[in-house]
Amino acid sequence: MKEKLASLWQRLFGDSVRAFGVVSLIFMGSLAIAPAKNFFSEWRHYQHAYLKMVRNRSDATTLQRHFHGGIQQIWLPELGVVDRCTSCHVGLKEASLTDVAVQPFREHPVIPHKLDQFGCTVCHRGQGAATTVSEAHNSTLAWEQPILPAKYIESSCGECHRGPLPGTPQLNQGRNLLAREGCVHCHTVKLPDGTTMKATDDPPSLSHVADKTTREWVFAWLKDPQAYATTATMPNFKLNDDEARDISAFLMANSTPLQGDTAILSAKPSTDPAAGASLYGESFCASCHAVQNAAGNMVGGTVGPELTKVGTKVKPQWLQAWLRNPRMYDPSTAMSHYRFTESQVATLSGFLQAKTDSDLLANVHLQAATPEQIAHGKRLVSDYGCASCHEIAGIKKPENFAPELSRIGSKPVTQLVFLPGMQHTLPDYIATKIKQPRAFGQGLKMPQYTFTPAQIDSLTTALLAWNDRSHSLPASLAVAVPSESDYQPAGKAGKLMTDLACFSCHLINGHGGDMAPDLTWEGSSVQRPWLVEFLKNPGTLRPALIRRMPRFNLTDDEVNELTDYIMTVYQNPSVDRDAMPLTGYSQGQVEFGKQLFYGKYSCQGCHIVDTKSDKGYIGPTLTHVGSRLTAAWIYQWMKNPQALRPGTAEPNRAMSDEEARALTAFLISQKGGVNGEVAKK
Amino acid sequence: MIRFGCTHVGIAARGCRAERFRDGKCAVMLSRPMRSGFGVLALLTTVFVSACSHQSANSTALKPTASGAAIVESSGGKQSAQTGSPLPQPIVVQVNDEQGTAVPGALVEFSAAPGVTFDPASALTDSSGQVTTSVSLGGTAGRYRIVASTSIKSHQKVELKIEEIALGYQQTLGRRLNDQYCERCHNPESTVERVSNYDNLEIKPHPFTEGDTLNRISDADLAAIISHGGTALNKSALMPAWGNTLSKSDVQALISYIRAVSDPPSSGAGPIYAKD
Repeated sequence: MKEKLASLWQRLFGDSVRAFGVVSLIFMGSLAIAPAKNFFSEWRHYQHAYLKMVRNRSDATTLQRHFHGGIQQIWLPELGVVDRCTSCHVGLKEASLTDVAVQPFREHPVIPHKLDQFGCTVCHRGQGAATTVSEAHNSTLAWEQPILPAKYIESSCGECHRGPLPGTPQLNQGRNLLAREGCVHCHTVKLPDGTTMKATDDPPSLSHVADKTTREWVFAWLKDPQAYATTATMPNFKLNDDEARDISAFLMANSTPLQGDTAILSAKPSTDPAAGASLYGESFCASCHAVQNAAGNMVGGTVGPELTKVGTKVKPQWLQAWLRNPRMYDPSTAMSHYRFTESQVATLSGFLQAKTDSDLLANVHLQAATPEQIAHGKRLVSDYGCASCHEIAGIKKPENFAPELSRIGSKPVTQLVFLPGMQHTLPDYIATKIKQPRAFGQGLKMPQYTFTPAQIDSLTTALLAWNDRSHSLPASLAVAVPSESDYQPAGKAGKLMTDLACFSCHLINGHGGDMAPDLTWEGSSVQRPWLVEFLKNPGTLRPALIRRMPRFNLTDDEVNELTDYIMTVYQNPSVDRDAMPLTGYSQGQVEFGKQLFYGKYSCQGCHIVDTKSDKGYIGPTLTHVGSRLTAAWIYQWMKNPQALRPGTAEPNRAMSDEEARALTAFLISQKGGVNGEVAKK
Repeated sequence: MIRFGCTHVGIAARGCRAERFRDGKCAVMLSRPMRSGFGVLALLTTVFVSACSHQSANSTALKPTASGAAIVESSGGKQSAQTGSPLPQPIVVQVNDEQGTAVPGALVEFSAAPGVTFDPASALTDSSGQVTTSVSLGGTAGRYRIVASTSIKSHQKVELKIEEIALGYQQTLGRRLNDQYCERCHNPESTVERVSNYDNLEIKPHPFTEGDTLNRISDADLAAIISHGGTALNKSALMPAWGNTLSKSDVQALISYIRAVSDPPSSGAGPIYAKD
């Protein structure tokens, strides 16, 4: 063995020439390592595979011509982007590669941006400068942002786009949830545009809670809000019996009676369930309130609280006072002040009071509260931050109760505590934290929500969008939120509209709900007598609609006040109400309009003019349209409906003036009656 | 010994993390004896961890108490959702025996292309012979083939193939436009919130899932019908012209949505993502 080695040594380094030759060879070999590494690199392998795949396609020459070998790079200094992803993802811009299933060769799906302008990592995260798959896609010790899972991709849209976008339903939903589900009551979020995110929900004040409900109900609610109403917004704080006992004791002791609420029952609640159900239906309570039916389905809207078990919750005298005028107890409530008669109040309160669940309070037995319990309850109310959401007399709303979330989307992974078994990435952390907040350690206060997996995904998406980049964007890239309107009508009519809570359903000048039509141009649109009649007794315009305007029992004075205001103030500058007459159109014009209606434009697909033959019920019924709308409005509507009401489903048909006039003549002649008699001068 | 190793690896790794921004490579920061020990300890940890995961995989495996002869879909097929998002409804499959009666306690396993997740990925059938699983689709738009399988008595497997549709950005835009402008007439199904106008129309529109008809219409013709109305191609005037209401890219988005949901799939629908 030793001899062999010696002879090998002799052969290689025996004399200086040999040694020089061998050392040179070794030296050259080591020099070759660097180019060889480059030659065998991953990206070169993928580029070869791409060329091989392309070779057999019919569009081979085009694809080959577009191909550039070597490391490719998108460099965008103002975004801090150096993306070499296109070195392997060779076919991103090739529209013909949609049928390719193997990555990295598929074309990029259609998006509104160009790859050259935004690069890849702005949306997908990951390490752009890397030239190996694992370094680019996974988190490494030097780079902790791995590729963003596809389900959160809309968060990257939200870095620049601060308002809702039509193409990002998940991001929009997430932002709505953050505002609506109470997240921002505790967590401060300073938005990139300098404002602070506002909550859109309105948790009730607890200063007079003893007027409304019993301590037993508060106890059961605190223990499990979803046991009372599955749709309850309030999350579960996982309180033990003693905590719930003491908090309920404090809230009751702290509550002060409100004038008008503690009035004795002036009307005996009626026990006629049929009359109650019919009044509940006529008043369209279900437009806002949901009730769980026998099959377990929620029937009704989500503006107001669920009423399935409301009889177990509210005290009869409070309910009657509330039905008489909800604004006495809660001046900012979304509920309308119906002008119910005393007998209606009795009927409706009896009907609602019968909606009970005997199991809910069956096991709640509370002794009279001791001063210690009340004091302890007060401490707990401060500890759990109840006053972040609810107004509680004597307790100040805590500042910065929970960690600020303004830049949560850039939080370093090293600062996070992960649960065993979960992936060590920021999106997984956020999603798990929302799903089971108390699992992350003892003594944590964040309550348990009942979000669906889809809601958790959208919340995570919205949170990931608030990151360092969203706060440091070049101003040219930031897309601002459309400014929010806080429009309030003035004067007596304005007060009346607030009292009736018109804005809970109707949108006016950009402010209000989306359940009912936009009334911004109502004064240009309708005829005064129709509006007066409608406010007195709202009928329905759309046969298929389940949410309708309720009857408020308005007095004649109130109706006149509202009508005058609407007719005067809500006018569109481009529609002159009196520019076209309501009558006096020639028979020929009306006939031409009729032909257009049933022929060229086939309006009967969506509207009904003749109740015998027309069936369409997407748009409003037009049998009486001649006594409802102004001719000028109909004409402008025919010309361009979206200009008058953005987003309306009525298509813009680009009619000629003559056609629009003829259709106006035909429609304005529909004043009721089966065949739509033609009104003549 | 193993526990000792784990703690040391932990400390070493933490040490790296703290220094990594300064130096990039963590091995440099470790002293020589630690480096030699590091490899051994890492190896031991890997062995330990893999042994653990192997064990836990075994302990959570479900033991079927029965086996059926066939597996059928109860509901949940042919749904669409955005890429990466959960399908609106879960997939429900049922295991039956030779007579067609439901079999409780049979093991059903779900599998699909990488990126598709199931909750749960395998389960025993309940008392009515059914298994329900929530599905999130993968990150690329297109069709996904999901396979639900169960063992039959002879220890062979029977498979059920279910297709679901993942919508990309353009199709999601199209779906929104469909909801706003098209669906009331083109979808015959009514819901509580949205009553269909389909039955009121003398000439019935084509539901967008009607692949047999719609696949034969070219993109250009579809765009013409949407933009210029039914009369543009000698079809019913009940289909209005949307060209002044929708932009060109809106129309493209709608077409991509129609192509995505058509059944049978359109020729341009792209590949189907399946397990291998």
